[in-house]
Parts: sequence; structure tokens; C-alpha cells
Amino acid sequence: MNDIIQQFWQAFLWSDGYHFTGVAITLWLLVVSIGFGFVMSVPLAIARVSRNKFVSWPVWVYTYVFRGTPLYVQLLLFYSGLYSLDVVRNHELLNVFFRDGMNCTLLSFALNTGAYTTEIFAGAIKATPHGEIEAARAYGMSRFTLYRCVILPSALRRALPAYSNEVILMLHATTVAFTATVPDILKVARDANSATYDSFNAFGLAALLYLCITFVLVALFRRAERRLLVHLRPIQA
Amino acid sequence: MYKLTVEDLHKSYGSHEVLKGISLKAKAGDVISIIGSSGSGKSTFLRCINMLEKPHSGIIALNGEEIRMTRAKNGELNAADPKQLQKMRTKLAMVFQHFNLWGHMTVLDNVTEAPIHVLGVDKVQARENAINYLKKVGLDERVFKMYPSHLSGGQQQRVAIARALAVEPEVMLFDEPTSALDPELVGEVLRVMQTLADEGRTMIVVTHEMAFARNVSTHTMFLHQGRVEEEGHPDEVFSHTRSERLKQFLSGSLK
Repeated sequence: MNDIIQQFWQAFLWSDGYHFTGVAITLWLLVVSIGFGFVMSVPLAIARVSRNKFVSWPVWVYTYVFRGTPLYVQLLLFYSGLYSLDVVRNHELLNVFFRDGMNCTLLSFALNTGAYTTEIFAGAIKATPHGEIEAARAYGMSRFTLYRCVILPSALRRALPAYSNEVILMLHATTVAFTATVPDILKVARDANSATYDSFNAFGLAALLYLCITFVLVALFRRAERRLLVHLRPIQA
Repeated sequence: MYKLTVEDLHKSYGSHEVLKGISLKAKAGDVISIIGSSGSGKSTFLRCINMLEKPHSGIIALNGEEIRMTRAKNGELNAADPKQLQKMRTKLAMVFQHFNLWGHMTVLDNVTEAPIHVLGVDKVQARENAINYLKKVGLDERVFKMYPSHLSGGQQQRVAIARALAVEPEVMLFDEPTSALDPELVGEVLRVMQTLADEGRTMIVVTHEMAFARNVSTHTMFLHQGRVEEEGHPDEVFSHTRSERLKQFLSGSLK
């Protein structure tokens, strides 16, 4: 245990001396994919609940495809699959983008978590009490104001518990990044394992790091829920 | 000059016609109560006035300005100009049976929301007005920062009335405002409504409270199967009832 820590602590946390590695990379993967996923999922969720089939159907297809295939397979497709196509290799920008493992990983992660988040938000939007929407219309709100002031603030709050789950699952899903040669925590653990053959401690250390990150995430979401979901809790004495 | 006129309003659900030509004229200061058994179409009529339900034919005008309408494929009338409808709706504040307060907002935010985000009132001013209206409906300052779900039904409905007052409407629409309340909470809401009537506000009230219709309103309409069966000054309607239907209805509700 001590050997591994002495030899690899820096790699586990942020750097192997040349590149960012370990926790730094895992957090980068998590933050960027969750960030992009969130930003795209809000408009997509609104489109998903649209009564216009031409608007809702493409979003349904997107979420169906990305929730219906394993993330691992998606990553392989983006990293190895797309790059084996001539169209991608011969196109200057695409070639540059898809040659980089980190880009492929972030793209597939963002699209994957975006699909799940879209469904979570769409469900919450659909569950907005009808009376509240009616009141908003009765007070002259336009559709835009209705979404901005009533539906989204209410729905995103109610989606928080399910969304926190998605973020934690996404953290755990980042472990497939090594497929695209991204040096996340698990990659460092594998290196440590090959160098020392001390499998239990190498992977145990990785598990502990994931546990710590999860602990922080859970704490953050609990704070957020306490602040943002006051209105759904019974009143305190 | 009438504040609100509704002429020959028709509304159907499929082949079932629920409103068979209802008209209403309200002058400033009128309190018109609409009574009738459930299914008579009184709530539907009220909800057609601000187009929450879409009528199939008829004219709705506020201060002489008609809501411009176009006919949809299914026969319903839609607002031709959403901006006009939105503007009209802010002058026709509605109070709902189930309050329909915005659950994620505090009491104060519920009242300032429409003034700030629809009417464009300055935030500080809106807040100041909201506090006045909340006090006017008899709410204690302690509840201003609370959320609707933490209040009693009577308090919630009074917040909803304050929310309606805050947009400074021309006409207030009340859709069975006391029907979802426990009996002991009905009084506090009715008292607030009586105050508003005494101030000379124009109100259209769908209600099951016969005493309110009789004592507070200036005009009573009795709806039966989508038609106005009888209407007039409440003294006439209640004391010299002409139609059999209304006699039956009153003997049932005054038991």
C-alpha cells in the first residue's frame, strides 16, 4: 500500500509528470460532460414534451439511441469507429477532432448523459401541476415567460434528486475513458497494478478516490436540495 | 359603457354543447354571481371569458375592445393575436378553485411575479405593492416568506386574491373560490371578497355560496344545462323566483 502511494500518489491525484492524470482528469471528464449535457438537455427536454411530432420525435430518437446502447460501445464508435471512415479522416476539422481521444470521450459522454438528463427533465416538465400552468396563462404570460418563470424553475427543482443520481452514475461511467487512452483514475490504477502486481491496493485506492468524489457530490446535492426544495418539505416546527 | 361584455357564447365538447348562447354585461362596480348545479356550464363560461377554454362562437370584449379570434380546424376559436390576448388576460385576473399558486415561489414572489415579468413593473415597486395587497387580504407578515404548501387553504386563497389584485385588473374572475376550502375557512375568504365588492371592484363570481350571491352581488345568473335559466337582481331572483328549475335548485341548496 505504502509503495503504491509513494510511487503513484501524484499520478492518482493530478499529474504523471507530463500530463494531467487521475482525479484531475476524472473531474474534468465529469464536469465537462455534465456541463454540456445540462446545457443541451434543457432545450431538448422542452422539445421532447412538445405536442408537435416533428419537434418531439427527433429528440425521442436521440434519447432512445443513446439510452439504448452501452456507453462503452458509443465511445468505441466515436473513437475507433468514426476515425476508420475516410470521410472523417479526409476532412480537416473532423480529422483533428476525432484523432484526439479526449475529444471523442467528452463528446460521447456529453451526448450520453445529455440523453438521460433530457428524459429526466422532460419527465419533470410533464409533471408540472396543470393548475400552475393555467394560472400563468391566465396572468398573461407568453410561452417564453411561462417556461422561464414557472415551468423550468419548478421542473428543474423537482428533477434534482433524479439528476443527482445521473451525475453520480456519470462519475462512475467515466471509468470507460481509458478505452480512448484518457488517463483517468482507473488508468493510473491499472498502471500501478502493472508496476507492482499489488492489485488489491491499486484498485482499492481507485475505489477510495471515487468514493470521496461521490461523497462530495452527494453533500453538494443535499445542500442544493435543502435550499431549492423547501417548498416540497413539510414545515419545520 | 360596459366594462365587460360577452355575447352569445357557445362551447361544445365534441357533440355535446355545454354552453348554448350565454351573454353577460358588466358595468364598473358590478358583482355578478353565477350559480347553478354542477355540469350547468358556469365554470366553463367563466373560463371562456379569459380564453382558458376556447369557445366555438361568441364575442368577448373588455372596455369595448373585442378579443380578435380565428377559427381553428376543430371549430374552436383561437385568439388571432396572442399578444392582445395576453394583454387582455392581465386585465382579467382569475382566482381559481384550487388556488393554483406557483408552488416553488414564496408568497411574496407569487404576488410580484406577474407584475414584474408580465407588466414590467419595477421590482422594488412591485414588492411594495405586493406587501400592501397581502396585508389588505389580512395576511400576516410572517407568511410572506413562506411557500404555498405550508399555508392553510384559506391563506392560500387569500394569497391568490392578492396575486389577482397585484395586476390591478379591470375585472376579477372568481371560479368557485371557496369550494375547495374546509367549512371553517370559507368565511375568511368571503369576507375579503365582500371588502373588494364594497370597494366597487368589478367581479364575476361563480359560486355555491348562496348567501354571498344573495347579499353581495348586484346581479345573479342561474345557469341550467348551458343556458341562462333566470337572471336579475338577487332580491328578485331569490325572493321572487320564477323558474321551476331555480326553485328546485334553491330548495336543495338552502336545506
